[in-house]
Amino acid sequence: MKVKSLSMQYVSIFLLGIVLAISLSSRAMADDPKPDPAGIVTGMSVDAQAPNGNFALSAPADLSADDQKDADKVKAYNDAKKAFDEYTAQTKLEPLAVKLSDSVGHNRVAINFMWTLITGFLVMFMQAGFALVETGLCRAKNAGHTMSMNFMIYPLGMLGFYLCGFAFMFGGMGPISTMGGYAGLNHEITVTLFGKPFGLLGWKGFLLQGAGYDTAAFALFLFQMVFMDTTATIPTGGAAERWKFSAFMIYGAFIGTIMYPVFGNWVWGGGWLSQLGVNFPGLGHGHVDFAGSSVVHMQGGVIALIFAWLIGPRLGKYNKEGKIVHPIVPHSIPMAMLGTFILAFGWFGFNPGSSLAGTDLRIAVVAVNTMLASATGALAATLYMWWFRTKKPDPSMMCNGMLAGLVAITAPCAFVSAGGASILGAIAGIIVVESVFFFDKIGIDDPVGAISVHGVNGAWGCLALGLFADGTYGDGWNGVPGTVKGLFYGGGMGQFWAECIGVTTCFITLTILSLIVYYIAEVIVGNRATEDNEIEGLDVPEMGIPGYSGVMLDKDAETPHSVQRK
Amino acid sequence: MKKIEAIIKPFKLEEVKGALSELGIQGMTVTEVKGFGRQKGHTEIYRGSEYTVDFLPKVKIEVILSDELAEKAIDAIVQAAKTGKIGDGKVFVTVIQQAIRIRTEETGEKAV
Repeated sequence: MKVKSLSMQYVSIFLLGIVLAISLSSRAMADDPKPDPAGIVTGMSVDAQAPNGNFALSAPADLSADDQKDADKVKAYNDAKKAFDEYTAQTKLEPLAVKLSDSVGHNRVAINFMWTLITGFLVMFMQAGFALVETGLCRAKNAGHTMSMNFMIYPLGMLGFYLCGFAFMFGGMGPISTMGGYAGLNHEITVTLFGKPFGLLGWKGFLLQGAGYDTAAFALFLFQMVFMDTTATIPTGGAAERWKFSAFMIYGAFIGTIMYPVFGNWVWGGGWLSQLGVNFPGLGHGHVDFAGSSVVHMQGGVIALIFAWLIGPRLGKYNKEGKIVHPIVPHSIPMAMLGTFILAFGWFGFNPGSSLAGTDLRIAVVAVNTMLASATGALAATLYMWWFRTKKPDPSMMCNGMLAGLVAITAPCAFVSAGGASILGAIAGIIVVESVFFFDKIGIDDPVGAISVHGVNGAWGCLALGLFADGTYGDGWNGVPGTVKGLFYGGGMGQFWAECIGVTTCFITLTILSLIVYYIAEVIVGNRATEDNEIEGLDVPEMGIPGYSGVMLDKDAETPHSVQRK
Repeated sequence: MKKIEAIIKPFKLEEVKGALSELGIQGMTVTEVKGFGRQKGHTEIYRGSEYTVDFLPKVKIEVILSDELAEKAIDAIVQAAKTGKIGDGKVFVTVIQQAIRIRTEETGEKAV
């Protein structure tokens, strides 16, 4: 059922109007921290940290009326005030030292800004990687269409995130501590459940104006945006070769604005999943996800699963009994492998960059762990295919194996040792092979393995954190004292249970959101391309020109024999 | 005039072309085709699913020539294209009604 009379232009203007109204209602208030759009006062003495803590002090926060009744809190306040007064007296005696420490603080913060931005640029390049992998693994007659989806999701997702997604996800995150401590993103919509605060959604920083117009907020926006676009580009692989471009655009409008930020706020924006450890002792540090196995990859994988399931398999792949009669082989292995390498390279921005701090030297461990997991993932998948499954090393599975290892290490990368990283990467390589076979068997056609690489291994990455975190890093993570420790290193089951809760929440939430968005697109334009267009190839009917003009395509390889033309 | 269609293994094209040139045959048309005869295809596996590779790539050569050259040409093609292994291909001979050279509008054997 399609609503043909609905005009897309009026709908989008209406939605834009709603967003503007919301954003105007959330301007920075008089007592909010002042944003710093020019970056002049970001990075001062207070940021000049010695490794064991600050030597420059700031005034302690005033006590509320309730706190003044608590003797411990009053004593702590008085101690901090005394230390601050002594420090202030000292600064008057040593003005040069103050100036120097300002400069040191500024430089520390500048290093972190640069790190965040440059690693963000690397992650942006992963868009090219995804485009090449997906197009290479699909048929040549759909190359233009597949590439265009991966291309268009970049601006579409970004603008949605700019409009309101970033505000929803990070509007209540509190101080941006590694980049100068700006605390203007301070409005989190919270409900009280079981006597505890459950953060649900942020509400500051719409259109990056008002409280959002601050250099640290901008750096954070860029970095988080490219992560959002990584999620956004995953479902295009699951629904490739039969998805109408107009339906894809509708999905693109929703992914950056609302689908991604909801769960993202819960894990990275200070929302309830991150506070599980604070609110419910026994759940470790709450749901921990360093660089996004669940926030980025599993979200994308679940959306891909729902879309691939609902849109149905490609014509000709299955017969009526559900058996695969014609596997649809990739049209360009070089393209797919080049894309995989680009992704592996971009992952050096994805994982180490998530420290948001070049001054946090753990980034070396993060980078090496990432690299090792990619290698064991690729090798394990290849050998498993070769020796146990299909008797030949399959290039497409080599790619999926490397990516599976990378997805799986994304959550635990900062918390595991090299050995742990290698092992969980290898396990990911085997999981991805079996997962691909499983989804093929139950009739869900995933042209590029997006569900298996990102969805299944995104979940595995989080669970692996609960097992392999070795307790050498993460003191104070999510507000819980102590380092992050998994089951295998004496941390007990707490962290693992927290990860289970996070993974389950991700699956349920994104299933619901995907169903809603899919049906919205179904009502407005319909998702599945017509049979004729799918058989001819989507390039000309959907996009207007072939991806490879002037190239004679082997029609026998392009069109499965079992497709009966009416 | 006769038309000779020869379906051969692709890597034999240069040899066959050379053998025909030695006989003085100056023109031919070549197309890339796929086919199978009694040489059946084989099965491969992609991501755990079997598929049959039935059609094998071949090259089809079409030559139009006068009746006297036909016998020698057929022999030359067969000898040049033969490997002795299965899948060497086939040669077909048909009779041509008419031939016209477009540039000069000559007809008949002068056009060949």
